[in-house]
Amino acid sequence: MARIGGLVAVAAAALAPLFLSAYVVHLMVLVLFFAFLGVAWNVLGGYAGQFSFGHAAFFGIGAYTSTLLLVRLGVSPWAGFLAGAALAAAFGCFAGYLSFRYGLRGPYFALVTLAFAEMLRLVALNWMAIGGPMGILIPLPRVGEAFWRLQFPDKLPYYYLMLALLGAALGLNRLVERARLGHVLAAIRENEEAAEASGVDTLRAKLQAMALSASLTALGGTFYAQYFSFIDPTLAFGPAVSVEILLRPIVGGPGTLLGPVLGSLVLTPLSELTRSFIRGRPGVDVMVYGAVLVVVVTFLPGGLVGAWRRIRRSAAA
Amino acid sequence: MSTLLWQATVSGVLIGGVYALVALGLTLIFGVLRIINFAHGALMMLGMYATFFLHVHGGLDPYLSLLVVGPLFFLVGVVLERGVIAPNLNAPESNQLLLTLGVALFLENGALALFGADPRSVRLGYLGRGLLLGDAVVNVPRLIAFVGSVALALGLWLFLKHTDTGKAIRAAAEEREGAQLVGIDIRRLYALAFGLGTAVVAVAGGLVTPFLYVAPDVGDVFNILAFVIVVLGGMGSFIGALLGGFLVGVAESIGAAVMPGSLKQLPIFALFVLVLLFRPNGLFGRGRG
Repeated sequence: MARIGGLVAVAAAALAPLFLSAYVVHLMVLVLFFAFLGVAWNVLGGYAGQFSFGHAAFFGIGAYTSTLLLVRLGVSPWAGFLAGAALAAAFGCFAGYLSFRYGLRGPYFALVTLAFAEMLRLVALNWMAIGGPMGILIPLPRVGEAFWRLQFPDKLPYYYLMLALLGAALGLNRLVERARLGHVLAAIRENEEAAEASGVDTLRAKLQAMALSASLTALGGTFYAQYFSFIDPTLAFGPAVSVEILLRPIVGGPGTLLGPVLGSLVLTPLSELTRSFIRGRPGVDVMVYGAVLVVVVTFLPGGLVGAWRRIRRSAAA
Repeated sequence: MSTLLWQATVSGVLIGGVYALVALGLTLIFGVLRIINFAHGALMMLGMYATFFLHVHGGLDPYLSLLVVGPLFFLVGVVLERGVIAPNLNAPESNQLLLTLGVALFLENGALALFGADPRSVRLGYLGRGLLLGDAVVNVPRLIAFVGSVALALGLWLFLKHTDTGKAIRAAAEEREGAQLVGIDIRRLYALAFGLGTAVVAVAGGLVTPFLYVAPDVGDVFNILAFVIVVLGGMGSFIGALLGGFLVGVAESIGAAVMPGSLKQLPIFALFVLVLLFRPNGLFGRGRG
């Protein structure tokens, strides 16, 4: 039953944009994009229970790496994806090694990741050779270069690219869930001392989760740069980016496969709608996020997926 | 000492007093409730707006308005603790961080929606241009903010040291279960501590309003700096927050004198990360653990 439902959902996701307006397709790209970033965050924040408030660091590394490679050296963003992901994984392992090696947990880990992201933002802001506060604009491609430069006049290619990325990330997370790593991460999340006492190399497992989470997030950063053709230090490394990334898995259900997707399906249109209904009042959309966050943490600590499971359990009982 | 460095030190000490007061509020809340309050900077920003509106629409002198802003934000803090924090006190630490992050997003963007992004300012003509301290110019509103902050910090210290309520707060911070065992109403103290911390940061906001621009995101910098200071001084430590405030104020000010633009904040973050990694109990704390 669930399998048939999944197939129908995939078929609908693949075909629907062919019949929808450009604006709706744009909205759907954003839904997929934030779902993808949420899935990426979820590896570390959800499965391993290490809340990062600084995923903007990896997002920004992805965005800046591919953009600089393209604009300065003429390297295709397809290669940029990989370069950004590798660099982000390296930075993640560096920051993660320092933090985990010295036993930072919970709120302290959250604060240190925030500080790392802020440091990168300050560097980007003050480094004129990479655009400084002005950021970098990706110029339009010449005819025939659209695919190679990953710049399309139409939203559809972006949509399918993001759909494929999300599908791959979900598949990867499913593999992790079922592999030994998934069980180790769950053990770390539930009780790190107990995991360590039973001989698990927790540092290694957390670094693996960090590397995976960071590199996926960097792919999202490269995608963002290509989709909007513009990045600057705040858009790439700003604290608002970190908040956007963690919000969807938290609301949808941290540590669950589809939680981030569900969170994005609810939150992304919600923020777009508030923004278009209440024009001329910037801030209302993020204000709504704040309220949703308070309500979810208070009343639905397991997110939407957790609430759904509770309902099903009580219905079955 | 060169004039530049002397000027930077004097400016740093002056703003460091304000940083210390902001951090005191944060560390008081952490000490008692064990919550890292992400909304601390947003509450300071609201204190600045309150001071601004009382001045512009109520004709109240910013320094007099502190007598209104302090009690008002004490109530705001109590309501916030009772309504939002208290129901989640037994939740995992990370959830509490998310909770206060949600409050911060709500307040900051609520201010943006209501008041707009345009910076506003209160300038007081009667304060004159500045005093000379050696070769350094001392800006009078900054001097008043410094004196006010230090006075309030001293008052808070006397309150915690010598009143029964203050002693109960310290007892609760030291040993939650023990305090409950001797009959201290811990729930009331939580609201009280959160209210006090909020009042303190709002007054700090009022004190800086005569020389800083008021804008929805003005609290962000103070928020981050307060985290840095509180971690530097040791989470929950009163003296640590005080010393840390001056340390960060002077470090930032000297950094600004030798480094361009926003890069001056970089050493502060680097210090933050280093302290978190190597001295998580603070520079003056009891080592690692």
